[in-house]
Amino acid sequence: MMEHTIDWLDIGNIDDIPPQGSRRIQMDGTRIAVFRTATDEVYALEDRCPHAGGPLSEGIVHGNCVTCPLHGWVISMHSGTAQGADQGNVRRYRIRRDGDRLLMGKDLEVSDAATKPAEYG
Amino acid sequence: MSKEKLLVIGNGMAPGRMLEHLLESDPSRYAITVLNAEPRVNYNRLMLSPVLSGDKRYEDIITHDDDWYAAHAITLKKSTRAEHIDTAAHIVTAHTNGEPCTYPYDKLVIATGSNPIRIPLPGHTLDGVMVYRDLDDVDYMLRLASEGGKAVVIGGGLLGLEAAAGLKEQGMDVCVVHLSKHLMDKQLDSAASHLLQLEFERRGIEVRISTSTTEILGDTRVTGVLFSNEDSLDCDLVVMAVGIRPSTALADEAGLECAHGIIVDDDMRTSDAKVFALGECVEHRGTCYGLVAPLYDMARTLANTLLDDSKPFSGAVMATQLKVNGVKLYSAGQFGDLPDTPAVDDEVEEIVLRDAAAGIYKRLLLKGKNISGVVMYGDTEDGAWFFDLLKRRVDISEMRDTLIFGQAYQGGEPLDPMEAVAALPDESEICGCNGICKKTITTAIVSQGLRTLDQVRSHTKASSSCGTCTSLVEKLMVLSLGDSYQPAAVPPVCPCTQLGHDEVRRRIRVQSLKSIPAIMQALEWNSSGGCAKCRPALNYYLVCEWPSDYADDYQSRFINERVHANIQKDGTYSVVPRMWGGMTSSSELRAIADVVDKFDIPAVKVTGGQRIDLLGIEKVDLPAVWADLGEAGFVSGHAYAKGLRTVKTCVGKQWCRFGTQDSTALGIRLEHYLWGSWTPAKVKLAVSGCPRNCAEATCKDIGVICVDSGFEIHFAGAAGLDIKGTVVLGHVSSEDEVLDHVTALLQMYREQGHYLERIYKWAKRIGVDEIRKQIMDNSKMRRGYHDRFNASQAIAQIDPWAERVDGHDNHEFNTLKAHRLQVVA
Repeated sequence: MMEHTIDWLDIGNIDDIPPQGSRRIQMDGTRIAVFRTATDEVYALEDRCPHAGGPLSEGIVHGNCVTCPLHGWVISMHSGTAQGADQGNVRRYRIRRDGDRLLMGKDLEVSDAATKPAEYG
Repeated sequence: MSKEKLLVIGNGMAPGRMLEHLLESDPSRYAITVLNAEPRVNYNRLMLSPVLSGDKRYEDIITHDDDWYAAHAITLKKSTRAEHIDTAAHIVTAHTNGEPCTYPYDKLVIATGSNPIRIPLPGHTLDGVMVYRDLDDVDYMLRLASEGGKAVVIGGGLLGLEAAAGLKEQGMDVCVVHLSKHLMDKQLDSAASHLLQLEFERRGIEVRISTSTTEILGDTRVTGVLFSNEDSLDCDLVVMAVGIRPSTALADEAGLECAHGIIVDDDMRTSDAKVFALGECVEHRGTCYGLVAPLYDMARTLANTLLDDSKPFSGAVMATQLKVNGVKLYSAGQFGDLPDTPAVDDEVEEIVLRDAAAGIYKRLLLKGKNISGVVMYGDTEDGAWFFDLLKRRVDISEMRDTLIFGQAYQGGEPLDPMEAVAALPDESEICGCNGICKKTITTAIVSQGLRTLDQVRSHTKASSSCGTCTSLVEKLMVLSLGDSYQPAAVPPVCPCTQLGHDEVRRRIRVQSLKSIPAIMQALEWNSSGGCAKCRPALNYYLVCEWPSDYADDYQSRFINERVHANIQKDGTYSVVPRMWGGMTSSSELRAIADVVDKFDIPAVKVTGGQRIDLLGIEKVDLPAVWADLGEAGFVSGHAYAKGLRTVKTCVGKQWCRFGTQDSTALGIRLEHYLWGSWTPAKVKLAVSGCPRNCAEATCKDIGVICVDSGFEIHFAGAAGLDIKGTVVLGHVSSEDEVLDHVTALLQMYREQGHYLERIYKWAKRIGVDEIRKQIMDNSKMRRGYHDRFNASQAIAQIDPWAERVDGHDNHEFNTLKAHRLQVVA
C-alpha cells in the first residue's frame, strides 16, 4: 500500500450544511461547492457547471446528483460527470468526514489518475 | 516456569469474547485476572433493551457465569475499579470496595468500554435524570416504570428508541426528543426513518423531531423538560441517550497515546508494546466502534496477537438492527463515509422497492458491481444476505435486475405481474379500503360492461378511496377486457413514479399524506429521495393542501424561492421590491437610489410588471440590501416565485378622463389580498380602468377590465412562450365581488393546477365552462374556495426578506471558511 500524505483543512461541521443542501468555500482563488446528501455523504465540486458556468452550489441536491439552477444539467457529485445526454465534467475535490468535522484536501483536486482506490486505499 | 500474567481491565463483551478465543487456542499459556468495576459476571449488554421491555430476564443474558471463570481458572475481581497503570513497573493499582490492591502484569488488556454522554443541561443532575448504559440503569428504569408516569427520552438513535419502546412496554407515557429531522439519522435514510417514526407513533409514543432540549425542570426531582421552541412537557423520568464517548481516562493518565479513543494498531496494540486495548474504548485508523460485530472481530485479532500470531483487524463495515419487538429494520454499509477518492467508473446507483400496503421499504446502494449500502424496513429477511454480498464485494451485475427481491428469488424467472394477478384466487381482497374482492370486480366488469377505471370505481367502489390498488384493478380490467382496455396514458410526474400529477394530488388529499417521505412511501416512489423534478412539485402540493400542518421543505425548492431573489447567469441576484399596484413615491425612490449607491448595484431596470429591478447583487449582500429596503417600508416583490407576482394597473378614474372605476386602488387592494400565496406557476394580474385597457389586462393570468356598470373579470391569458388573449369569467358589480371571485378562481387553480402549469394551460385542461360554472354560478363552491384561500393566506403572508434580515437561513448567505490545518497521514 502506498503511503500518501495529504494536508487536510478543517472547513466546518457537517451541520453547517443543510441535508440535501450545499455551501460554498473559496480555496486558492477557486470557488468550490460543498454538498451534503440526504444520507449525509459529502462531496466537493468546483462551483461551475460545465455547460454555462452556473453555480452548482445553488442547485437542488437529489440522491448523489445536483441539478444546475441555470439550465437544469444534472451532475453526478460522485464522479463529476454530466448525466443523461449532456456531456461534460466538473472538477472534484478531496473531502472527507472525521466524525462531524469536514476535512478538505488542501490544493489537491481529484484527478482521473488519482481515482484508483488502490493508490490511496 | 511460571505462567505469563495477563491482566484484563474491564469485563464487557469484547474482552469476554477475546478470552474465549484465547482459551480455545491455548488454555494454559496465561494466568488470567479480570478486573470488573461492576459487581457481577459478564452479560450481553446488547440485550439490555429486551430486559427493559420485559422480554428477557437478567439471568437470560449472562454470557459468562461464575462457573465459567472457575472452570477456566480465571480470577475475576468483581467491584474492582482500576485506578492507575504504571507502564514502567507493569503494575495496575485498583480499589475493591475502597480497599486498594495492586496487580502486576506481563501483558495488559484495556477494555474500559465507553461512557454515555450526559448533556450538561441546566438540571441534568436532578433525581430522575439518567443515562442508559448498564444493568443498574435498567433496574432503575424498571423501578420507576412500575409506578407509571411519563418519561422523556432525549436522543432518537438506536439506544434511545430501544429505551423508549421498553419504557412504553412497562406502562409509561413516553416522548422521544430528537435533534435532527430523522430518527436514527446515523443509520437510516429519510424514507426508512419516516416508517420507523410512524410505527413509534402507532404505539402511542410521542416523537418530537428537530427539537432540542434546553432545560430540565425540577427542584430535587425532575418534573419536566423545556424545549428550544419554548414548549414544555411534564415528566417523571428523563433518559439521555445521545451517544457514547470512549473511556480513555485510565489509558491517557498512563501516558498511552489517545485521541477520541485509545489508539491501537491493526494488532490491537497501544503505543506501549505490553499494553493492548479493544472494544468501545479504542480508536482504530481514526474510527471508534460501538456495535458488536467489529468488537468481536477485534477480540479475534487480539487473541491471535496475544498468542504471537497475527490476524490484523482492518476496520469493519457495520450492520444495525433495532432490538424492538415487532420493528423490522436493518441497515448496513457506510452511507456517510464514502472514500474521498471515488473512481469515475464507480458510479453510485440505487435500487428501491416499496410496498405501501405492507409498509415495506428496501433500498440497495450499488457502487460499480458491488453493494455498498443496505437499508430495509418492514421486511429484513434478506438483510444478512445483502450484508454478506457487501462484505465479500461479490459482483452482483448478473443478478442486478432481481437483486432487490432477495435471495430466495435468485435464479427464478422474472415474475410476470399479469400472471401473478391472474393467479389470485377469486375471493382475494383487492381493495382493502372498501373490502372488495377480485370476483366482485371481474363480475361487474363483464356483466355491466364497464370500460373505464372510473366506471369500475363508481360501480364497485374498488380503488375509489385511497387508490393504492389502482394498478391491481387496472390489471383485472386488462385480464377481463383484453386489449380493448387501454389504461389512460397519463404522463408521470417524473421518472421516480408512474403516477400523474392529478393522481398524486388526489392521494395526498385522501390519504392525508403530509410530508415528502410519506408521499414517496405511500405512492411507492422508485427512488429513495426523489429528483429535482418531483420534489418541488410535491413540496408545492403539500404547501397548498396542508397550509397549517406542513413545514415547507426549502431544500426541495428552486434556488430563487430558497433565497427569495432571482439568480442571474453570472450567479449574482436581482432584487425586486414590491410596489403595490405599480405605485411608488419619492421616499421609496430615494431609498432605492441610496441602496443602489451603497451596494454599488450595477444595473437598475423597470420591469414589465411596473416594478424596479436591481440587478447584479452578490448573494452575500442580499440580507443587507433587504435590511435597507425594509427600513424604507419595502417587502419582497416575489419576482422569483411560483406565486403571486404583480398586479399591474393604469391610473384609472382618479386621473384619466376615460376611467370608469378606481383601477389603481382596486389593483392595490387585490395585491394586498393575494401577495405571498404560492401557486403552481407564476401568476400575474392587471386591472385596467376602461376597455382601452392600458394595463394590458387581457393577456394576463387574471385581468380585470373596469366598465361603467362594474367589472369584467378575465383569465387564462398569456404573453410569453404562447400568446393568448384572456377569456371572460364573468361580470360583477362591486370591488368586493371582484375580490371574492378572483380569490376563488386563484384557489381553484392552486388546488387543481399541475406544478409549473400556467393558468391558461390549466383552463384548457379543465375547460373554461367548468371553471365558470364553479366560480360564477355556484356560490357555495366559490365560498369554499374563497375560505380555503383565506386560511392559507393567514400563514403565507410573512415577508421572507424581513425573516432573512433577522437571521433566518443564515447559512444560505455565508460561505464556509477553512480555519484549521492538520496533517493526517
